Amino acid sequence: MWRDAALVAGRDLRVELRSRVTTNQVAPFSVLVLILFAFALDPDRQLLERLASGLYWTAVLFAALLAISRSAAIDETDGVRDALRLSGIDPAGVFVGKAAAVAVVLLGLEVLLGIGVVVLYGVDLAGAGLVVLAALAATVAVAATGTLYGALVSGLRVRETLLPLLLLPVLAPVLIGATRAFEAALAGVPADGWAWCGLLAGLAVLYAVAGALAYGTLLEGS
Amino acid sequence: MIAMTHAGYIAAGWGGAAAVIGVYAAWVLRRGRTLSRQVPPEERRWS
Amino acid sequence: MTAPASTSPTGAPDGDGGASAAPAGRTTLGHTGSPASRVLGALALGSVALLVMYGLVWSPPDAEMADSVRLMYIHVPAASFLYTGCFITTVASAMWLRRRTPGWDALAGASAEIALLFAAITLGTGSLWGRPTWGTYWTWDARLTSTALLTALLVGYLALRRLDVDPTARSTRAAVLGLLLVPNVIIVNRSVEWWRSLHQRSTLVKLDPTIEGQMLVALMVGFLAVGLVFTWLLVHRFRVAWLEYQSERLDLDLALAERRAEAGHPREAVEAARSSDRRHHGVADTRRPGGTPA
Repeated sequence: MWRDAALVAGRDLRVELRSRVTTNQVAPFSVLVLILFAFALDPDRQLLERLASGLYWTAVLFAALLAISRSAAIDETDGVRDALRLSGIDPAGVFVGKAAAVAVVLLGLEVLLGIGVVVLYGVDLAGAGLVVLAALAATVAVAATGTLYGALVSGLRVRETLLPLLLLPVLAPVLIGATRAFEAALAGVPADGWAWCGLLAGLAVLYAVAGALAYGTLLEGS
Repeated sequence: MIAMTHAGYIAAGWGGAAAVIGVYAAWVLRRGRTLSRQVPPEERRWS
Repeated sequence: MTAPASTSPTGAPDGDGGASAAPAGRTTLGHTGSPASRVLGALALGSVALLVMYGLVWSPPDAEMADSVRLMYIHVPAASFLYTGCFITTVASAMWLRRRTPGWDALAGASAEIALLFAAITLGTGSLWGRPTWGTYWTWDARLTSTALLTALLVGYLALRRLDVDPTARSTRAAVLGLLLVPNVIIVNRSVEWWRSLHQRSTLVKLDPTIEGQMLVALMVGFLAVGLVFTWLLVHRFRVAWLEYQSERLDLDLALAERRAEAGHPREAVEAARSSDRRHHGVADTRRPGGTPA
């Protein structure tokens, strides 16, 4: 399965790199969201700085919706899905591969947005260990959940509108956990944040397993 | 009963719940009748 | 598409008595009622009447909340059956994935729809209770927040069910989503509760656990009445979903047969298609041959 996953991940990432949609469109969009928050809220820097964790993760979620939508779109073109089924590649491997590709893309976006938040909102980085680990756990959780739900709406004309509706309520706990972990880290009291990090890790594992198990059924039944 | 405190809220709550359930029940029953016209009785399993 | 009803009207307009006789052709007068469901309906109505008496008349106002506690007699049972509905949807989704019989799919969809109805009632009564009690219609406490998210989950699930795709694909996707419903509800509830508990809010969302006397009776009657209404609605909505499935299937068979007929095959092909489908789906054939197609 791992070889299959690497294969699929490689394919997805190569498609993304060649098309450059992520770098040219999704990334600027996510920074734009950060800028929009500044318009919506008082650009008085103290407010933005206080809210930075939440705004950051909200921007990440919006970008994730786009990234997942694109990941699902790769398999929608003529016959790709049938080719996947007939090729004998383990569906769990397809899932892990796609989720891994989404995770890589998301991590890139998160670094970019992190720079954005430090620059635009005047955030002081602290508690780096907690920040990194929480971000990793949250990213895997978002990627795994998103890939599973992406498969649920794959191939549908309404994919773009249905995916946010299905995915965002499910990711609310991730938003809660990631924001609280970041807040704890930035406030210098990482002790509070590790429990939330644990929640994120738990969600990541849960959805990774659920996705791996369900992907076969979804590939067959659609 | 009118002398209840917050009578307005209670009326709105109970009345709203009753209205919502009533409208839904009517819709379900009516849809049941419409569909029953199209499906011969042996395809149902309850009457 | 349906031929006009070909019998004289029988029975009272509200469907008293059993289904009317089926004459030639596919059309009949009918409904989703049955002797059992009528008894259930009567019991539900009776218990609702009892609830009205206990809830509004016989039970006293609360010491702290005054009469607004009366909203709790609907709110708390509605919330319970909201969760029950979600549970049924998840179990039915799991059963569909195992057995692939349409009844489970119908049950999953029906249960989710009624759960959404009860979610609306829960949020509505909860917020109407909140206004006189806390001075505000909405507050981000754990219970209301998770109920709001649960409502979103249900709306999403029902949206997925309405897709215009091949029925098996639709049922598969819905079943996977439905299977995830209860786990999502649990995760959301736990995380929201944990999150909100950090803010040490003294909310009065919980009913005083030492509730007693007439108020306890009213609450119990509330559970009974809401439960019976829930069940009655579920039975009928399930039957409607079942009929929808049958109708879709018959339309499909008919369309196929008509295509064959167009291609020059005799009328018998239409009958053959219908009867082979019936055999395939395990339903007895009691119709006369040469029935009128719709």
